[in-house]
Amino acid sequence: MQQTAIHDRHVALGARMTDFGGWRMPLQYGPILEEVKTVRSTGGLFDLGHMGRVRVEGPQAVEFLDRVCTARVERIPEGSIRYSLFCTESGDPLDDLLVYRDTDHVYLVVNASNTATDLAWMRQHLEGFDAQIIDETPTTEMLALQGQISQEVLQPLVEDCDLASIGYYKFGYGTVLGQEHTRISRTGYTGEDGFELYLPPELAPTVWDRLLEQGAERGLAPIGLGARDTLRLEAGMALYGHEIAEGLNPIEAGLSFGVSLHKSKSGTLGFDALTAIKAAPTRRLVGITTDGPRVPRQGYKLFDGDDEIGFVCSGGVSPTIDSNIGSAYVALGHDEVGRTLDLDVRGKRQACRVQELPFFSRTRK
Amino acid sequence: MRPDDRQYTKSHEWVKKDGDTVLIGITDHAVNELCSGNEGDLVYCDLPAVGRAVDAGETFGEIESVKAVADLNAPVSGEIVATNPEIEDHLEILSTDPWEKGWMVRLKPRTKSLDGELMSAAEYESHVAEH
Repeated sequence: MQQTAIHDRHVALGARMTDFGGWRMPLQYGPILEEVKTVRSTGGLFDLGHMGRVRVEGPQAVEFLDRVCTARVERIPEGSIRYSLFCTESGDPLDDLLVYRDTDHVYLVVNASNTATDLAWMRQHLEGFDAQIIDETPTTEMLALQGQISQEVLQPLVEDCDLASIGYYKFGYGTVLGQEHTRISRTGYTGEDGFELYLPPELAPTVWDRLLEQGAERGLAPIGLGARDTLRLEAGMALYGHEIAEGLNPIEAGLSFGVSLHKSKSGTLGFDALTAIKAAPTRRLVGITTDGPRVPRQGYKLFDGDDEIGFVCSGGVSPTIDSNIGSAYVALGHDEVGRTLDLDVRGKRQACRVQELPFFSRTRK
Repeated sequence: MRPDDRQYTKSHEWVKKDGDTVLIGITDHAVNELCSGNEGDLVYCDLPAVGRAVDAGETFGEIESVKAVADLNAPVSGEIVATNPEIEDHLEILSTDPWEKGWMVRLKPRTKSLDGELMSAAEYESHVAEH
């Protein structure tokens, strides 16, 4: 198991640790539901050292990425970020990612569990392009500060950059605790305002400590992967292996904003398959809520009367909307908001209702 | 050391003789795996109907936390004669007192000598340490 630069801080804070995507990560520091509430009410600090960070540079970096990514990379303005996926020719997602368009390179942030696959796959398709792929995961650390207090907590550590000038899904550079040219993006995976920071590993523990000190009075706390999963599910954000995976395409997952079907993308990986799915989808990713005690879990089947019409991708207890929630694929015709369906909980039925995703949004409202 | 007045299963249930019946519950380790010491993380417990016959190792119920669902397995064969009425509305007693107030079911064993694959407290201690 790999360890991030913050590993010893987690242990010192008494975190319950777990293995995730090949990394030893904090699952929780305290009760998961309390951690969710903390991020919604004030703010939380996350160690994202496990996420894959990849720099693509060279004269044809953008052309190359336009071949392997579903987003239209050439149209991303410098300083902006777009959600994208890597899909195979059949339209099956290999991973989802954020694409940072910079002046002289493009920066990718991918899932920990898929980093090795992504790198191998990109290199496999690199032939003929004048571009280089550099895995910066081992040489960088990534922290996320999420919640309404993020800007005021982070700003005192940052010189040469007014955080207010960085818009949602944009990035800039600042001097963080003396470290010049530190990448700072206004992104996150919680549905809250917030920032993600890319740091040298040796500086990261100090930044971690200073942020916790700086935010302590305002209620900032470290947050583990357990709460992160609930936060992203409340915010209707997909997780690879749940809402998207082999056999679960991004179109039916509601991720069309990350898939360009513009004619300039014709011939790129997955274009034809995804165009066909877009024309004739058969199901839709929806939210479900249930008043019953059972929590929806991945793989549970959904029934409308006697008809099996869908299945659950993710589930959890949502303290924000005070209900058990889930994301689920439901066949078209059974997917209208408010419809009552039956959740098959390990052989027992429990009623649930179809909802629009997300369950919660602050940044996107 | 966990109580040595009872026996344990690999799947973290305990069984304790009480007259001609036995009490069955789950260990502090099982509770902690589900809720990491945060009693509010337990959300649901499903116990069997009184009168149901179960075989040793058979799943008779479920317990669910914010994080996961776990099966409850019968440590020994027999008939369920009572369930703890407090559990459903007070899941926190599984955290605060898994050994006494946190009993889940009372069972009348099918055979006089208990038939399941059971461990002593000392054996269970090393089982937990290994896993």
